[in-house]
Amino acid sequence: MLEGIMLGLETAFSLQNLFLVVFGCLIGTLIGMLPGLGPMSIIAIMIPVAINIGDPSAALILLAGVYYGAIFGGSTSSILINAPGVAGTVATAFDGYPMARQGKAGKALTIAAISSFCGGTVGAILLLFFAPALSSVALLFHSAVYFALMVVGLSAIAAFAGSGKVAKALMMTIAGLMLATVGESALFNAPRFTMGLSDLQSGFSFVTLAMALFALPEALFLVLNPNKSNTSANNQAIKDLRITKEEAKKIAPVIARQSIQGFLIGVMPGAGATIASFLGYAVERNIAKGAEQEEFGKGSIKGLAAPEAANNAACTGSFVPLLTLGIPGSGTTAILLGALVALNVNPGPRLMIDNPSIFWAVIISMYIGNVVLLILNLPMIPYIAKLLTIPRNYLIPFILFFTMIGAYIGQNNATELLILIGLGIGATLLRFADYPLPPLLIGFILGGMMENNFARAVNLTDGAAFMYERPMTLGLLLVGVLLIVIPIFRKYRLKTNSINVADGD
Amino acid sequence: MTLDKCIAVLFLTVSIVYGYASYTYPLLPFELNMVFLPNTMPLALSVLGILISSIIILSKKQVPAESLTDGDIDFSRLRDYNWGQALGLLIAMTLYAVLLRPLGFIPSTVAFLVGCGWILGERRLHIMLASSLIGAGTIWYLVQEVLGIFLKPLPWFMG
Repeated sequence: MLEGIMLGLETAFSLQNLFLVVFGCLIGTLIGMLPGLGPMSIIAIMIPVAINIGDPSAALILLAGVYYGAIFGGSTSSILINAPGVAGTVATAFDGYPMARQGKAGKALTIAAISSFCGGTVGAILLLFFAPALSSVALLFHSAVYFALMVVGLSAIAAFAGSGKVAKALMMTIAGLMLATVGESALFNAPRFTMGLSDLQSGFSFVTLAMALFALPEALFLVLNPNKSNTSANNQAIKDLRITKEEAKKIAPVIARQSIQGFLIGVMPGAGATIASFLGYAVERNIAKGAEQEEFGKGSIKGLAAPEAANNAACTGSFVPLLTLGIPGSGTTAILLGALVALNVNPGPRLMIDNPSIFWAVIISMYIGNVVLLILNLPMIPYIAKLLTIPRNYLIPFILFFTMIGAYIGQNNATELLILIGLGIGATLLRFADYPLPPLLIGFILGGMMENNFARAVNLTDGAAFMYERPMTLGLLLVGVLLIVIPIFRKYRLKTNSINVADGD
Repeated sequence: MTLDKCIAVLFLTVSIVYGYASYTYPLLPFELNMVFLPNTMPLALSVLGILISSIIILSKKQVPAESLTDGDIDFSRLRDYNWGQALGLLIAMTLYAVLLRPLGFIPSTVAFLVGCGWILGERRLHIMLASSLIGAGTIWYLVQEVLGIFLKPLPWFMG
């Protein structure tokens, strides 16, 4: 492990990679602050840049920096104007915005920066110890287990989609898997479901799909909803950045608890920063006593520190299944997985053995990224917040332009833009109908790999016997089934209980 | 019928068509003896798609009110939404997609950005034009000169 850390230090501390971390954090923070552009959209925009760097370690270091920066940038707009650009920072706005209204915007931003830093650092330390332990089971993994793991990942994503949305999330996952079957695959050399269109010969482009599912609907919603685009930042004083000793004492245990909890939630495929931040907020609110509990929602520093520490730790945690198992823990890491595959790197148990420099460099660059974020953001907070005041008439055209050019430069094909617009309209309709979109993208990314592993396993055992021959495969498949069945069963029980109570009344 | 059920009906239709296309997929002679065929997974997916969409269509449960207002959509205020502007932007995007190659990157991008600003109500053309030129020029320089991805900057008649 020490050898690996040294290798990571050597790679991450090269001048180019240090520059990329700083650049990534800066870009992520700046764009992440703009309402409507979350880490998924920003990473999707940055993918062509990352792919053109060529070196997978450098590309992943850049994208990880962007990821951290975007999460922090999202917190800034949540706190200042109550406009969370990212789902993971919605909980930050619960107490951050009331603090800003009380004239404590500077303090709120500082608490957010420090909590994010601690959450990210604790997460990176845990990743350092947990990731190698997980990847030590590398040799146990066969195509059958991989297939079962992907089933677990997809079921977990559906199960975590929220109450009443399991069926919708499953439908989206199947839609993603169907889209993945379009075009030629590595397994069969004939194109499938192209409807005779030569542009679909190589299937749908991942970048186009990511842009169409996330960036374009966000931009359209900014136009459609007049309230959402109201970006008049309040000009409360944001100069008082200091935290008192008592305040530090109050938030320290909160940050410690939520960093660990957030990391563990982030590790679970499908959970991610959003659930970690909400759960972190809920847990701290329940633990707090008396007056402190009353303060939650009205500007509590604990209520701000908890989701911030949790979401950054979860971001780091979501790298564990990505780097060691090849399963993305969230929509953002799904995009990162796509970028890695485009760079000819196959994340999974063998990554640490085949490409140790990539594995360790990413972990080390997480420490550096956290430090850089803190150094960059604390002094720049008053200035970067001014970006939020860019009028909507200028902001939206540029968001649309970046969305389209991101899809165009990847393929250099104008048809790709028409596909982007068509899919974007579809995605906007799906959002109106309350269908979760991340499962669609995760299904699309995992689809090809899932089919290949399934085919390999079926060919090896000459049938579907692989599903029950190995206990690990069987166990994982059962977990996958339980992840879908349990929430449905729980909901059914709740429903019958409420009917009984109503009858009793 | 609510929008989410309409989408489920649409998905059911897509699943049936997809299933039919998978079933009639022309297999090569040697593929007939294989255990796993190119249409094995598509067939399984179409069955799952039909099942799930049918569950959504047939479920009586109404979507909880809070999940409708969850996020950014306020269904009670749909009439206040700027539908005209959104449609205008989609048309501008389609025109940009069609004209990007013949007009060249810089003129088409400037026209797109100014046009979108105009649709959104911006009437100070000089500011919009200046910011579009700076934006388009910077991105063109970054993409072509720094990253080395070819982006034809000028219209067809100028080389």
